[in-house]
Amino acid sequence: MKTRKINSNTMLLLITIALFFVMYIAGCAIYASKGFAHLQTFLNILINNAGLLCVACGMTCVMLTGGIDISVGALIAMDCMLLAVGMERWGMNSMVLCVLVLAVGVVFGLVQGFCVGYLEIQPFIVTMAGMFFARGMTAVICTDQVSISANEFFVKLANMKIEIPFGAYTNSKGVLQVPFIRITVVIALVVLIAVFLMLRFTKFGRSLYAVGGNEQSATMMGLDVKKTKLKAYVLSSFLCSIGGICFCLNTMSGSVRQALGLEMDAIASAVIGGTLLTGGVGNVIGSFFGVLINGTISTLVKTHGKLLSSWSNIAVAALLCFFIVLQSIFAKLKDNKK
Amino acid sequence: MNKLKKITGKPLFLPIFCMLLVMAVNIVYDVSSGNFAFNFFTISVRNGVLYGRLIDILNRGSEVTILAIGMTLVVSASAGTDISVGSVMSLAASFCCMLLAGYGVSAANDLAVPLIVGVLGAILMGCICGAFNGFLVAYLNVQPMVATLILFSAARAIGLLLCNNLIVYVRNESFQFFGGYLGFLPTPIVIAAVCIAIVGILLKKTALGLYIQSVGINKRASRIAGLNSARIIFLCYLVCGLAAGIAGLVASSRISSADSNNIGLNYELDAILAVALGGNSLGGGKFNLAGSIIGAYTIQAISITLYALGVSTEQAPVYKAIIVILIVTIQAPPFKAWIKRMNAKRALEKGGAAA
Repeated sequence: MKTRKINSNTMLLLITIALFFVMYIAGCAIYASKGFAHLQTFLNILINNAGLLCVACGMTCVMLTGGIDISVGALIAMDCMLLAVGMERWGMNSMVLCVLVLAVGVVFGLVQGFCVGYLEIQPFIVTMAGMFFARGMTAVICTDQVSISANEFFVKLANMKIEIPFGAYTNSKGVLQVPFIRITVVIALVVLIAVFLMLRFTKFGRSLYAVGGNEQSATMMGLDVKKTKLKAYVLSSFLCSIGGICFCLNTMSGSVRQALGLEMDAIASAVIGGTLLTGGVGNVIGSFFGVLINGTISTLVKTHGKLLSSWSNIAVAALLCFFIVLQSIFAKLKDNKK
Repeated sequence: MNKLKKITGKPLFLPIFCMLLVMAVNIVYDVSSGNFAFNFFTISVRNGVLYGRLIDILNRGSEVTILAIGMTLVVSASAGTDISVGSVMSLAASFCCMLLAGYGVSAANDLAVPLIVGVLGAILMGCICGAFNGFLVAYLNVQPMVATLILFSAARAIGLLLCNNLIVYVRNESFQFFGGYLGFLPTPIVIAAVCIAIVGILLKKTALGLYIQSVGINKRASRIAGLNSARIIFLCYLVCGLAAGIAGLVASSRISSADSNNIGLNYELDAILAVALGGNSLGGGKFNLAGSIIGAYTIQAISITLYALGVSTEQAPVYKAIIVILIVTIQAPPFKAWIKRMNAKRALEKGGAAA
């Protein structure tokens, strides 16, 4: 009988999943009095990080090819600003605006993907330029903080509660609380499942792994490496734009400083979830747990109440550092075995 | 045609050409707005100190120049860039002001510790950050940009913690000296000049420059040739962190406070742009420090020109990002190959017509 060997990559994923459960259960034990153990706390993590989840899915795809996309945070800021200004100042229809935002994302990804794939410029340089470009464009659109309140449809969409039939409880005042999720969570989960299926079953998904694993052998197998890379960046920016819409539904505003450092969270989620920085290995399910860990950390910091919010930034950075070091140690061990 | 090629092939062609272009734009702008045509170049003495737009560029460009020195070495040795410099600047500034004002104090007129402690603190903090980045890149083989991404986001957060989420003001003359004036010259210019001189002499008098380039061109071959590649890369990141520390000190002294969120914002872009504009390949290997320095001042000239044209600080990155992409596109091998093909095609057509 064939036994399944646990290699270092599945090991990383298992560490991540274990870490999430340890963290969450510890949180439940420590902050039980503050309602951490309720289902709603978990759902709130999903609600707050719906945008991040979409971005992390895109980021995983790009990282599978061995690249990286650090323009995502700025692109989200630009999307939110476009949505906010479009609805509030220009009085545009929200659906038209959403389509416009997605189109902007695709064009943005096309340019970045062209530079990376066909001009062979380092992905980091390209997307860093993209990051500053998008952040600057946000300021060009508008430098104020714009909040969305006039567009009825959008406001209704943002406030829509999708109630969950189980896990209801009565709070201290004796009011029945029914757990709920928002529309953004549905969007994010659909994106997650779609990307998961795409990576597993489509030709494009498999070629992403092939390109990241070894570019030369991918070329020799007859794959169009340049085109695959281009598509990966387009996909990342497109998913990022979907994430931007989710983000906007959450915050209902647009400002230049929005989603500052989100690229870090997205990259951390993917890396924590077992995606290798060198490409070729990774899975969106891992990234999903990465996002959950990310969200749990910030929820823990918030629940504590007295800690500065910068602590969650530092914790995520430290975790990213830890996992990078783990990856590099595993890589070294593998080299030694050979 | 041949002569033109000779001039454009020179290593310092790109930065000097850009500098001249910016100056030309300034002259056109001055003439069109009805000012004296050479307003940009006039230097006068007001209140006993030098005054003028060129001096302004030299003064304000000091931080970028100091950063560009470290960045040039990092790019050359590791073929990657250090994107944490702006955040490290902010962290060094926060640490320095925290030491000088005392922890938790938001505004101080008197120094809590001697000035030298604060200054050394800033520089030490820069070195620690540089060493952290260097360790990850050189000894753990992490891609440079991912390794520096950690501090890119964490350093500002740590700075906020050190300052207890406040903007710490240190209104003391001895501290303000670093962003003020030394005689009639602005001090930042002097500091930048000293940094350039030290690194310049070090690279010229020792074989360090050669070592860095050889590690950048081929890490493994250099190690086989007997160089400690990892240590050289580590050293480059250390120098880059040190440069960021000094730049942070100057920047915080200039505004006599530590504003963790805003000090060094977007400076990483400026520093990388300076290196690229200086004619250095972002793919590592050979470097030209003089190019980077001219590049850094050119960036500052571009920024000041943009501000003069009414572009806000937040909008300026759009133009800089476009310039970065244009420069790296020109440097990209596939683009060069395409140009070559086009030229060959044209020559062929010409030949065909002649026959």
